[in-house]
Amino acid sequence: MATNETSGTDRQPIVELSGVGKSYGNIRALHGVDLTVSPGEVTCVLGDNGAGKSTLIKIISGLHQHTEGEFRIDGEPVRLGTPRDALARGIATVYQDLATVPLMPVWRNFFLGSEMTRGRWPLRRLDIARMKETADQELRNMGIVLDDLEQPIGSLSGGQRQSVAIARAVYFGARVLILDEPTAALGVKQSGVVLKYIAAARDRGLGVIFITHNPHHAYMVGDHFTVLRLGTLELSAARSEVSLEELTNHMAGGAELAALKHELAQVRGVDTDVLPEPSELPSASAPAP
Amino acid sequence: MTMTQQDAPAASPPAPSPAQTDGRTAQRSAARRLLARPEVGVAVGAIAVFVFFFAVAPTFRQADSLATVLYQSSTIGIMALPVALLMIGGEFDLSAGVGVVTSALTASMVSYQLTMNVWVGVAVALVVSLAIGALNGYLLVKTGLPSFLVTLGTFLMLQGLNLAVTKLITGNVATDSISDMDGFNQAKAVFSSDITIAGVSVKITVLWWLAFAAIASWVLLRTKYGNWVFAVGGNKESARAVGVPVAFTKITLFMAVGFGAWFVGMHQLFAFNTVQSGEGVGNELLYIAAAVIGGCLLTGGYGSAIGTVIGAFMFGMVTQGIVYANWNPDWFKLFLGVMLLGATLINLWIRRQATRK
Repeated sequence: MATNETSGTDRQPIVELSGVGKSYGNIRALHGVDLTVSPGEVTCVLGDNGAGKSTLIKIISGLHQHTEGEFRIDGEPVRLGTPRDALARGIATVYQDLATVPLMPVWRNFFLGSEMTRGRWPLRRLDIARMKETADQELRNMGIVLDDLEQPIGSLSGGQRQSVAIARAVYFGARVLILDEPTAALGVKQSGVVLKYIAAARDRGLGVIFITHNPHHAYMVGDHFTVLRLGTLELSAARSEVSLEELTNHMAGGAELAALKHELAQVRGVDTDVLPEPSELPSASAPAP
Repeated sequence: MTMTQQDAPAASPPAPSPAQTDGRTAQRSAARRLLARPEVGVAVGAIAVFVFFFAVAPTFRQADSLATVLYQSSTIGIMALPVALLMIGGEFDLSAGVGVVTSALTASMVSYQLTMNVWVGVAVALVVSLAIGALNGYLLVKTGLPSFLVTLGTFLMLQGLNLAVTKLITGNVATDSISDMDGFNQAKAVFSSDITIAGVSVKITVLWWLAFAAIASWVLLRTKYGNWVFAVGGNKESARAVGVPVAFTKITLFMAVGFGAWFVGMHQLFAFNTVQSGEGVGNELLYIAAAVIGGCLLTGGYGSAIGTVIGAFMFGMVTQGIVYANWNPDWFKLFLGVMLLGATLINLWIRRQATRK
């Protein structure tokens, strides 16, 4: 692909996947996935449990290697060996479990793996004052105010921890931020806070991969939507090409849901005019007399 | 230009405007923050034990006795330090006890059988001890087996090797005395001499112990490596995900235990001139006990070097205190067990108090 240099910087995708797949022995967890992440754009990856979302991000973040297809960063085919390789290329991942060490203080977690030091080797030591100050500054820039950076990060709320993890990734020069279900365990208000940071990261020119199984959250911030189902692409569409309803529909499994809808129509008390949330499906069908 | 509020770092206690704090977490009181330190529980316990023996055993009050207590503590304490670091890093080393004897046997036999300067034996022993540590770490990292199993394996292997190789080479269960060999006096000065401080004769191991403790504490709290130790013990997967070299950290921690085993082994060799090949079994649990009494979390990610020093000191006080109080030393292990349980419960309770919001 010949992109001219002047406009290329903005438009050229940072991460490109074409036909990527992953097999564990004879289990094919993922196949034929195309995905593009450009700067200043939020790419949402949706899918039900077991759809292959985790496998996909593990490949992009360097925890696993793909077994088929091509994975390009800045147009160059790569095969990442460790998360460190991914970080070196500007791909930072904020994991579901947040990749924090609960008993360690906030500031130590913020700089874990990339500590600031001063002094020469035998006496090279942590620059604690500078790290605390920087962490505080960075958190405030993202609109997060913590009273005490010495408190163990495990004592923060889910939303706060998520925000610290995002601020950390942004500070360490991430160009692509992978967020693995950042809103999954959060309440409504805290989810809103995290979505705000996603938008903030996008506005700072980062490419964001937002993994979620909540189409409403995805639609609030997404520019491009990729829906995975059973390890392969169900839908890949720009925001202009898809409505929230269609997205929900694809997310819930399209044709399968239609069949389910037919069954549900025979059960009293289920309003099939409004498509039910996928998470409500089992409970809606269970109490049927 | 930019907001002035950013000029106020976290240092100023109440932030300038109320909007600066999230208003839900009040500043924890000084007492509570003190309680949150890992060494507080053991310090309280150590004071209690000290007062107890001070009251019941008149001999315990003399300065000479204190020097003996410190010596007793140092032989456990020097090993307990790397064992504690390893425990903070999330692993155990059951081979630490026999590893000490392996190191001493190596130094003794290499020097004696090859009739060389004892320093050659000392150097070879260091290499062997570090290699045993590296092997433990490598096996752990490569196989992913729990360290309990891996080091139980090396523990049994070393125990067998100690006995078999010693018998094979010397035809005896102990090594020959090396006290008349070249360099012996020099090495003894380093590993096992007496130093007079304020009229009291103190074993040099006490000074080494405190020096190692200072280094361990500095490394743990003030260096990158120390940060990694806490991280690999607290959450290995997270540490790996943010780029901490987990394998390197774990292997070097095991090698630090190897270094400790070497040092204590050399002390024993130059203190007694010969080494009994069957010794050392069971000591690994004492090291672990000292670390746990000192506030290290058995599951990793939490603990301190200072606490471990106090833990070993408590151990020394009980060992000698029983003797000074003219009790039957058979009771010692019972005391140790009670102390271990008590310390663990106190630590647990304190941690709950401190992290309660």
